[in-house]
Amino acid sequence: MHDAKRSSSTPVPTAASILEKYPPERDRILSALHEMQVRVPGKSWISDEELAETARHFNIPLAELDGVVSFYALFSRKKRGEHVIRLCDSLSCRICGSLDLYHHLRERLGITRGMTTGDRRFTLEIVNCLGACSTAPNMMIDDRLVSGLSVAEIDTLLDGFEEVES
Amino acid sequence: MSGIRYITTFTDSTKPLDLVEYCTLGGMSGLQKALKSESKQVIETVKQSGLKGRGGAGFDTGRKWESLAVNGDRYLVCNADEGEPGTFKDRYIMERAPFLILEGMIIAAYATGAHTGYIYIRGEYPDVARTIESAIKLATEGGYLGENILGSGYSFNIEVRIGGGSYVVGDETALLNSLMGNRGYPLLKPPFPTERGLWDRPTIVNNVETLSYVPLILARGPEAFAAIGPADSPGPKMYSVSGHVREPGVYEYPMGTTVRELIDAAGGVNGTLKAVQIGGTAGPVYGVASLDYALDFASMRKQGGSLGSGAVVVMNSGVHMSQVLEVTMRFYAEESCGQCFPCRYGTRQLDFMAHQLAAGRGKTDYLDRIRETAHVMFGASFCPFGQSVTLPINSLLDNFGDEIVSFVKQQQFLKEVG
Repeated sequence: MHDAKRSSSTPVPTAASILEKYPPERDRILSALHEMQVRVPGKSWISDEELAETARHFNIPLAELDGVVSFYALFSRKKRGEHVIRLCDSLSCRICGSLDLYHHLRERLGITRGMTTGDRRFTLEIVNCLGACSTAPNMMIDDRLVSGLSVAEIDTLLDGFEEVES
Repeated sequence: MSGIRYITTFTDSTKPLDLVEYCTLGGMSGLQKALKSESKQVIETVKQSGLKGRGGAGFDTGRKWESLAVNGDRYLVCNADEGEPGTFKDRYIMERAPFLILEGMIIAAYATGAHTGYIYIRGEYPDVARTIESAIKLATEGGYLGENILGSGYSFNIEVRIGGGSYVVGDETALLNSLMGNRGYPLLKPPFPTERGLWDRPTIVNNVETLSYVPLILARGPEAFAAIGPADSPGPKMYSVSGHVREPGVYEYPMGTTVRELIDAAGGVNGTLKAVQIGGTAGPVYGVASLDYALDFASMRKQGGSLGSGAVVVMNSGVHMSQVLEVTMRFYAEESCGQCFPCRYGTRQLDFMAHQLAAGRGKTDYLDRIRETAHVMFGASFCPFGQSVTLPINSLLDNFGDEIVSFVKQQQFLKEVG
């Protein structure tokens, strides 16, 4: 997991430069994929080219690697927005207000589960447990855990994302 | 009954990465003791303590270590893929006492003769992974990891691996599959990982909490540990309490603590108690009768349930049980790995029916069909995930079936009379 937000002055690493950090051993695949997925700031998915290069590096068939990627919920082969919101809807979060957050996000962003906003800024996902149930309701924005927030606090947070970018 | 301070001795620290403070609090004394003993003696000590795996299955830790095949290379894997909904104690330990889990791993590796260890942390915990990476670096600089640990001649290294987001990978065989860069499908047992695990080598897989108790058992003696709680599953336990309680959190209490005592420890119920789910989403949902249930492996089995990860989700009277059924079945359908047909298809059927029931489009015979589907999955599923679906379903329908049936009848009535 690596910080998706890099300062604009940092050059974007090539796929090859990411891969060369990992010995071509299979137990490194998931770590390499995590880094590959956020290689470019605001990108949070794995492209065909990146997948092909990764498969070559680890010397495994492309189809097999695609099978590995598709198994795991944190990876995406489809374009996602600049920021991925993962709203937790485990039982603990559900009974502590996850649906309030869902309805608010739906209204504010105009998207439902699995969709990306028209301006490609946000993707909304629903996940089954973020393991922070004592501070429910929880969500993650990119790789940051956001806990126990009211609807107003979420607005402030999302405003912040939009200001930074505009 | 009051809390016990074993793991929580270390978790109050505001400087989790301060190795000096960790040692001042008594950290690394278990490791020092272990390194002065024969590895067999360390296993014997853990056996005497009666420690059982805290990940959910409750297998005797000392016996697991003892059963490790000892020919050639072998591995130690810490299962930090905490995915059971309602469970957050492993995160709590890793965030607040990262050296404790490392110390436990070093002792376990020494006892079993492993020189390479992996800690597989779920991908949803990036901050935790960074903390553990830093702790590994500091412990190595301090001479607790790497070559010739504390001058003992014993060497051990730990590497962090990050998961990709999958509940099923919490199963030890699926976890090993995932660690080896595969889809996280569970494997058939036997062979057990202790015979054939990572790269077909003997492998010990232990949960974060289990390994975190090991240094304390060494430091304080197995007798002290065994004296806590019931004789057949002794020791303290890190319970995760969430939902409608005033102070949700992780509570370290003796095994065998009752649900009532635990809810009291968490400040009491917010509102009127209606139901409790024990052991996670793959665990039973009980009514108020469960207040007197003792939370340990044997007692929960007697209730037809399971202690699981020790998650306790408390629900007040505002929660409608069709909602609990819907959340639970969606979880199963989404997290089924799809490897075997009964689970892949069964969970989708269950999800469909639960969804229809919650949306007011259900039929009363769905309840029987849900039970029937779960029963088939219990018998025919490949791994414990599909088999476990009977736990939440049977308990939900036994304890709260009436509520769901009357809801369905009302919806049907409204549809007919307009």
